[in-house]
Amino acid sequence: MMKMILTGNESAAWGARLSRPKVVAAYPITPQTSIIETIASFIANGEMDARYIRVESEHSAMAACIAAQNTGVRTYTATSAHGLALMHEVLMWASGARLPIVMSVVNRAMAPPWSVWTDQLDTMAERDSGWIQVYTQNNQEVLDSIIMSYKIAEKHHILLPTMVIEDAFILSHTSEGVDVPDQSEVDEFLGEYDPAFKLDPDEPAGFGSLIMPEGPYMEFRYKMALAMEDAKKEIASVVKEYNERFNRNYEPFIEEYRTEDADAIMFVLGTIGSTAKDVVDEMRKEGHNVGVARLRYFRPFPMEELRKMAKKTNMIGVVDRSYSFGPGADLFAETKSVLYNHTDIPIKGYVMGLGGRDITPKILKKVYMDMLKTAESEYVENEVEWVGLHGDERWSE
Amino acid sequence: MPIVLPDDPTAIAKVPSTENKTGGWRTFRPVIHYEKCIRCYICWKFCPDAAIHFAKPEAHESPKEALAKFDTVEINYDFCKGCGICANECPVKAIELVLEENFRGDE
Repeated sequence: MMKMILTGNESAAWGARLSRPKVVAAYPITPQTSIIETIASFIANGEMDARYIRVESEHSAMAACIAAQNTGVRTYTATSAHGLALMHEVLMWASGARLPIVMSVVNRAMAPPWSVWTDQLDTMAERDSGWIQVYTQNNQEVLDSIIMSYKIAEKHHILLPTMVIEDAFILSHTSEGVDVPDQSEVDEFLGEYDPAFKLDPDEPAGFGSLIMPEGPYMEFRYKMALAMEDAKKEIASVVKEYNERFNRNYEPFIEEYRTEDADAIMFVLGTIGSTAKDVVDEMRKEGHNVGVARLRYFRPFPMEELRKMAKKTNMIGVVDRSYSFGPGADLFAETKSVLYNHTDIPIKGYVMGLGGRDITPKILKKVYMDMLKTAESEYVENEVEWVGLHGDERWSE
Repeated sequence: MPIVLPDDPTAIAKVPSTENKTGGWRTFRPVIHYEKCIRCYICWKFCPDAAIHFAKPEAHESPKEALAKFDTVEINYDFCKGCGICANECPVKAIELVLEENFRGDE
């Protein structure tokens, strides 16, 4: 074990390095670039035994990973925003082909207007791609989640690719102390990659060829749905094992902070979770019983855990760093749908921080005050509210 | 009855693609009337799926049937999608498009 000062992107590169992928195929895009730059230097220096494939686009990067993984080796790639969108078609191929590829995604806003700052629309737009999605809160969690993701994804009853997601700049380009595990410990934890199937010249096979409507297309999708459900059990046991081996304290699905007896719980993804914890402490000192819950896995979605959490409180405020032109916001819509028929507490969505606009303790405190008011009135006036628009005095600091 | 799921996690075909039959989406089946066929092979040339091939008389066929097929082509219904290009191109209208449901139960 070694303490290092690493940015979120260097942590991702270290997570990948320690997992020993044999092929890395990637295309640079801000704010992901320093992940693959760091990996390129690891490989060039002989510190990582992997083939680095330079490609002309993200679509090709994922296609190369799919082909390589199909030959029976572990692969890794990383992207952001428009790169992820360009991969869209092949993301579906990776999951349908049941290839446990692990990819880092650095959340970035979709243009126009051109923006490189954090925003979760890019990954939310891929929520139905059949990929497992884990959202991280600090650089340590970025590194650890990559290692854990290989272990979970590669189980023969799971075989689903995984996105390990970090916020642009807030994590990707910010340095923190990170505990880097020894290679031997990671080797022991992960083991050699044991593919469930692979391209083999001695036993030729075609992968993913045409099947007719009477063929088992629907059954293969159903098997994916079952695998996504099974992944919950696997995540719980792998996180537990990782915590014990590496002395960590991750919650598998929902990290709750001071939620017991809370009048209102803020439900968030990513780094907003750490800011909210500070705000909770401050507000508790002032006599407001509030808590925060940070969701780690958006896919699979931990329905039981969320329903259990809802029983502890009188109100849930969901913060989304993305917007869906329909039900309003992605995590909000999901939360409401999971809790429908299970609780009658008010649930309200807050859309904030789009295009990387800062989510400060001050503005979160205002959101908490609105949540407490909603909890008291038991009535949600605006189900989804945009927070912090220019000129909106309600939220101005 | 329990749900029946494939053993493999995804479609892994351990047989050549010639075994993966894809003719099932035909609405019309092209049928060659050999007595009209002039052996020009235009249909063979135009078939976009290479589903028309030179006929080989089968052992069970009578000499008359075999003779009728002599030097002509056959349609492989395992792969023919029923696009009708052959019937459209045939200069002597020797290929008839017959509604596929008339054959249901034949195979």
